[in-house]
Amino acid sequence: MSQPLKLAALYGAIVAAGIAAPLVFPEYTFQLAVLWIMILFALTWDINGGQMGYNSLGNIFFFGAGMYICALTQVGLYYDIGEYTASSGEIKIDYTLAQYFNGLALGIVLAAIGCVALAVVFGRVVFGLRGPYFAIGTLGVALASAELMGTWGWVGAGGGISLPVYPGDPDQRALLYYFLCFAAAIATFAFLRWLYGTSFGLAVNAIRDDEEKAEAMGIHTTRYKTVAWAISGFFLGIVGAVFGNMTGFIEPLEVAFPTTTFGIFMVLMVLLGGKGTLWGPVIGAVLFHVLKEVTWTYLLGWQWIVLGALIIVNVIFFQQGIMGWMREKFPERFGLVVDRRTTISSQEDG
Amino acid sequence: MFSNLTLLAQAPVLNIQLLLDGLFIGATFALAAYGLALVWGVMNVKNLCQGDMVILGGFIAVTLSKHGLHPILGLPVAIVALFIYGWIVYRLIICRVIERDLFTSLLATFGLAIVMAQSMNLIFGPEVTTAESGFKTLVLFDGLVTVAEIKAVSLALAAALATVVIVFMKRSRMGQAIRATAQDARAARVMGIDTDRVYQFTYALNAAICGAAGVLISMIWTIQPFFGISHSIRAFVIVTAAGFGNLPGVILAGFGLGFAEQYSGFLLGAQFQQATVVGLLVVVLVARQIQQARHRRAVA
Repeated sequence: MSQPLKLAALYGAIVAAGIAAPLVFPEYTFQLAVLWIMILFALTWDINGGQMGYNSLGNIFFFGAGMYICALTQVGLYYDIGEYTASSGEIKIDYTLAQYFNGLALGIVLAAIGCVALAVVFGRVVFGLRGPYFAIGTLGVALASAELMGTWGWVGAGGGISLPVYPGDPDQRALLYYFLCFAAAIATFAFLRWLYGTSFGLAVNAIRDDEEKAEAMGIHTTRYKTVAWAISGFFLGIVGAVFGNMTGFIEPLEVAFPTTTFGIFMVLMVLLGGKGTLWGPVIGAVLFHVLKEVTWTYLLGWQWIVLGALIIVNVIFFQQGIMGWMREKFPERFGLVVDRRTTISSQEDG
Repeated sequence: MFSNLTLLAQAPVLNIQLLLDGLFIGATFALAAYGLALVWGVMNVKNLCQGDMVILGGFIAVTLSKHGLHPILGLPVAIVALFIYGWIVYRLIICRVIERDLFTSLLATFGLAIVMAQSMNLIFGPEVTTAESGFKTLVLFDGLVTVAEIKAVSLALAAALATVVIVFMKRSRMGQAIRATAQDARAARVMGIDTDRVYQFTYALNAAICGAAGVLISMIWTIQPFFGISHSIRAFVIVTAAGFGNLPGVILAGFGLGFAEQYSGFLLGAQFQQATVVGLLVVVLVARQIQQARHRRAVA
């Protein structure tokens, strides 16, 4: 088989597996949906962290923002949000199927648009920061938004919001959200695969390699950085909106802005898989998710210690990640797995 | 929300309470932040487990006081224990990240912070605790202002510790070596300073300072295994605001943060206290960024 054919077969197999998985293992639908979300997390983090060299610790901000925008849209479309949150469960939302889907669709669209807008606004704030200041600054934005949402009574404060209940069969609901997550992850991958092959991919790589030189070469660095962040925000906003509906209840600290769980998983998954590559985040996310589920099941109570130790070991001894290691080990066989264009463009950093 | 503002206007003496509390708690913040400034300035390591070392020191004092040792006597124990702990952490982790890029040290210490917080949670339990010091509480201004004596004692102890550290840095051979390494590590190596040993000592010293700050915090405030991250962020706010070569700045910023937290907690409600810290972090970073942008324009 020629190489494009092999790639096509690989993509076909992944999509087929993604569609078949919840039908074959219906009891794992939620876990599988989270797996796709993890892949999306890793891919979107890698746009900034891997390809552009801006290590953010606060990308989870868009996840929570999208979640809240969508939830407020869904509730606010037919009810008064302030009354609903103040009643603490007294008011029951009862939607017809049409109302529910209108709210959901509008919510997801607004979440995506809103997160892009937020990315542009916050991009102005954080992109003057370099290196570790950027990481700490973005961490600060994520933590501050969690704290502020936790004090804002109109959106339910620390008590959170319950989302509208799906007016139909629960199994159907699980499948619906599974396929939304699946579609979002696949769309992200396809978009990034295309994007990294364009001059945009080269420009962000140039920013990573040497921002001053990139600027001197006429690349409008701030614009590229903001756009790259907005792309992360767009996809994270969508998946945040979907995840909020999947769990059915959102609150600021644990679900919407989980900086120390999902927020740090993003970074870890990319480092594990190999940053600055297209497939690294995907591999890292799958591996990490399986590892996490195993430790959460068999080492309960110790899982965080295992996780922290994994971060330390990963960062100190294995920072190039799986893809980086493979590239060092089998450079000639590399074209098999990775899109050649990204390999060439990201090999420059060695 | 601002009902307490009128209260402040009617009884200005309440300001004294807030300022005093800010002063007492700010002193411990400044202590931990000084440790961070040391590590950041000398070896360029962004120590994100700073707060967890503080909490560990606090738990040592709490545990000892449960076994009958007064928390103030727990202070030297915590200092020695944390010094050894810092020494080990340096050997295991930090010495491998010093030469690497900046994000590596940030992430590695973040991983360590998770491990420490969770280990303390398993060992000491998740309850919010405090070390009983058994001191009286002074009541001033007809009961409007209360000052726990232990807070005054802790302020004095913090000042004494800071003085010891400063004199040590100025006078001792090791202090001089640390300052020389901070100025130019390569030149220091040429001059025969074992920089690896200096780094190791600096990191251990930082851990010891954190431990001392933790003991003081456990006496005048509360500790809990997961409070570490907010102490780390406080230290980062202070050091970023002051700059790491600026010792008076660190102390002033520490007190400033103490005041800001007390006032926001009083005026906006206790739930805003945490938000104030992270909010200030963002504000400080943005302010520095504007400053740098102006600097860049001036250079260009």
